[in-house]
Amino acid sequence: MAITFDSVRSVATDARRARNFFRLLRQLPTVPLLIISILAFVAIFADVIAPHSKLDPVTPTSAQCTALYGAPSCPYLEGVPPFWSEGGNLNTPLGTDFLGRDVLSRLMHGARISLLVALMGTLVAGTIGTLLGVLAGYMGRWWDQVIMRVTDAWLTLPSLVFAILLLSVRGPGVWNVVLVLALVFWSRYSRAVRGEVLALRERDFVKLAEINGISKTRIIFRHLIPNVMNTVMVLFSLQVGVAVIIEASLSFLGVGVPPPEPSWGLMLAQERDAMMEGKWWLAVFPGICISLLVLSANMLGDWLRVRLDPQLRNR
Amino acid sequence: MSTPPLLRVEGLQTHYFGFGGSRVVKAVDGVSFTVEAGETFGLVGESGCGKTTTCHSIVRLLSSSAKIVGGSIELNGQNLLDLSAKEMREVRGRRIASILQDPMASLDPLFSIGNQVAEPAYYHGLLRGRPLLQRVNELLKAVRIPSPEKRLREFPHQMSGGMRQRIVGAIAQAGNPLLIIADEPTTNLDVTIQLQYLNLLKELQAATNVALIFVTHNLGIVAKMCDTVAVMYAGKIVEKQSVRGLFYKPRHPYTKALLDSIPKLGTKEPLYAVPGQPPDLSALPPGCSFHPRCAQATDRCRSEEPGDKLIDGGGMARCWQADTQSQTRAQEAVNG
Amino acid sequence: MAEPLLEVRDLKKHFRVKGARLWHSPGSVKAVDGITFTVNRGETLGLVGESGCGKTTTSKLVLAAERPTAGVIAFDGQDISALPDGQLNDYRRKVQVVFQDPFSSLSPRMRVGEIIAEPLQAHNSISRQDLETRVSELFELVGLRPDMARLFPHEFSGGQRQRLAIARALSTNSQLIVLDEPVSALDVSIRAHIIVLLEDLQERLGVSYLFIAHDLAAVSHLSQRTAVMYLGKLVEVADSLEMCTKPLHPYTKALFAASLPSHPDEKREEIVLTGEVPSALNPPTGCHFHPRCPFAMARCREEEPVLTEQSSGHTVACHLF
Repeated sequence: MAITFDSVRSVATDARRARNFFRLLRQLPTVPLLIISILAFVAIFADVIAPHSKLDPVTPTSAQCTALYGAPSCPYLEGVPPFWSEGGNLNTPLGTDFLGRDVLSRLMHGARISLLVALMGTLVAGTIGTLLGVLAGYMGRWWDQVIMRVTDAWLTLPSLVFAILLLSVRGPGVWNVVLVLALVFWSRYSRAVRGEVLALRERDFVKLAEINGISKTRIIFRHLIPNVMNTVMVLFSLQVGVAVIIEASLSFLGVGVPPPEPSWGLMLAQERDAMMEGKWWLAVFPGICISLLVLSANMLGDWLRVRLDPQLRNR
Repeated sequence: MSTPPLLRVEGLQTHYFGFGGSRVVKAVDGVSFTVEAGETFGLVGESGCGKTTTCHSIVRLLSSSAKIVGGSIELNGQNLLDLSAKEMREVRGRRIASILQDPMASLDPLFSIGNQVAEPAYYHGLLRGRPLLQRVNELLKAVRIPSPEKRLREFPHQMSGGMRQRIVGAIAQAGNPLLIIADEPTTNLDVTIQLQYLNLLKELQAATNVALIFVTHNLGIVAKMCDTVAVMYAGKIVEKQSVRGLFYKPRHPYTKALLDSIPKLGTKEPLYAVPGQPPDLSALPPGCSFHPRCAQATDRCRSEEPGDKLIDGGGMARCWQADTQSQTRAQEAVNG
Repeated sequence: MAEPLLEVRDLKKHFRVKGARLWHSPGSVKAVDGITFTVNRGETLGLVGESGCGKTTTSKLVLAAERPTAGVIAFDGQDISALPDGQLNDYRRKVQVVFQDPFSSLSPRMRVGEIIAEPLQAHNSISRQDLETRVSELFELVGLRPDMARLFPHEFSGGQRQRLAIARALSTNSQLIVLDEPVSALDVSIRAHIIVLLEDLQERLGVSYLFIAHDLAAVSHLSQRTAVMYLGKLVEVADSLEMCTKPLHPYTKALFAASLPSHPDEKREEIVLTGEVPSALNPPTGCHFHPRCPFAMARCREEEPVLTEQSSGHTVACHLF
């Protein structure tokens, strides 16, 4: 139960808050944040802003058909290069794939899938892992033993292989991938969180709460979890990048998001041979998208880690 | 022509630069004092007053965000600020040594005691081999470590806090320095161990005539150990006197307030609580930095920064209202 | 008239050392080995001693954070050492603590208003309105503005945080506050503030203190009576001023001799102790202090001295008396 107080806010406090806010803005990592914001925006509004459908081929004009096939009509235009190359046009700025689908639109819809899967998967993994880590660190004794042995065992499993195994059992599908990501990655959180909690447990304010007879549950939720959020947030942002890659790999290998959904990894997989044929754009653009997302997530995570750490030390 | 003092700090200014240069904290703002050979000089103040930064400036081991922007530091007449990094390294450990507050932080957990005590002597090329071993044993004996020959191979974590601090003292002595800067060396020690340690330092001084700069917030240590005392506040020295002068006739209101706020053994005299907080160095008030907390502040104090007022018989106080008359014998008797 | 609030009788706390084998029992650390003292209502008892003497364990025992191995802790006439954990809530309300470190004793991610209210909330069901009023009261009691309740701990200075810790300790109308080195981590000029505040609160509210510290001057200033601990045992208990002027036990004398003078010419009987504090795992036989005692006799090695009263209220455990 949070207590609210009527506070007397002076002009000086407001001015100080404003100054601090702008100071904060100047220090933000603009590039990764910008990239992620754009990707998030695209993911959310893909339905609205994508020029074409993600599943259906682009309806060609007779001129285009003639130019490509020499016939006045055709079901779709396959393999149109990006607009700056010869033969490309602005209707499909990044080209089309082997089924005549617009690459740009598929990338946009794919953003939604990649972000959704990566975020949700990491979120669920983080929640499970944090809770288990707090329990192990705080309750100690056999809680610690059991949870940590399981965590250690889990950590030794190669994540990709394990994911593939799970998915062949569950079958492909977006939500199955989320579930599998959660199952594979929770152990990283519990390990880190347990370490934090072990240290926190010895701090005076936790001891004081125990002395006051406050229930363990309340201590966990009020004192421990808020104070491990720093570590968890950093871990989270770093893990999102990993999750994107794993999802892409799974789809690449055919056990993740099933076609015809435009997962970036799937697009990469399907167009492997296209590189050989010279249709480089079909593989390169999804690859660039994956790289951008992972890099930004990593940079953000790194920035968070550096920023949050000295504050912790000063406290 | 009289010989120059061992250490002369003149107008030292060290500033911290933050936020890309937009925020300047004047940690040390015009500090001047001298230390003679064999003298114990006390540097007193609370957290944030600049005493630690002054010490770091003397050995030129400041963090990357701090810079010495003015003044001079002369060791035996030579300005340390003119030295190159290599030359400065030769000064550290050999001519000026330090003892810090936390012995666990000063000792490397991975190296043996013998190794660490030998290091200054070894590094400065003073001794090798057998003479080095003998010197290490001597040093450990001098700091009263029992059976030092057996201890040489032990590690810091195997020793108690008091012992560790003594080993730090031995390391400080190893290079035969002219000056030792001790920054709150007894804060983490038990009372009886502290007494042992302070007595030990006094013995060392008597034996080697090394000068000692004792940085502390504890006026009791000052009363026991020091010959001359400088009180720092907000980056400046506000009073500097012989130790007796300081205790019997403090001239600056801050010094007086400090002396009155300390509980004294054997009496339940009410304590004087200095109003206000230690100052925020990035936002100092105009005029005298102490005026917001001073019971005697006048308008002049609030607008003009006081300069150094010399006291007859030695010493200075930075206060518009400092009494500059020297103590008479009668006053000593009254206050004693 | 002095009315006892907390009575501790022959309190013992032994920690069993791990590593027991069939052929070898490593024994136990006798952190607290039979101490007896009383804290009277509205008064302060000072507890001094150096590291390893057992004062921290004593404070934990008094706070019921640890259970005694033997002995009685009686609060307001009731033996709480026998009570099961579930019934200690009332006791916990009445006995609170203020820790040394003002930086780690407040939960960094909670607003200070909530932190102060927490003990109250844990023990009573109290309406939000009453809670807010109580918190504002507490703020004013310790000299802070009530509108600061929504700030976080890191926005306060060390001295202010200690005030907050004191406010929290008072929140449940506690009768006894264990002060564990409450001013050692503060700046010198701020210490006086807190000591004056504690004195003031004692006068106004009649709260008792168990003041644990190593700074003799602060302890004897705030406490009416002082007790000295060495290696798990009490060696001397007396009125504070009398102890300063007439310490009887050699260890007490050494402690007072070692505490720093208040001016350069103060003459102290210099007693410099040799050696270090022995390990509590293997304390010396007889009187624990005899290896370091400048006055040790043969009897001291064999027989353990008992606290005996020398003059009114002044007890000492030493064979010299």
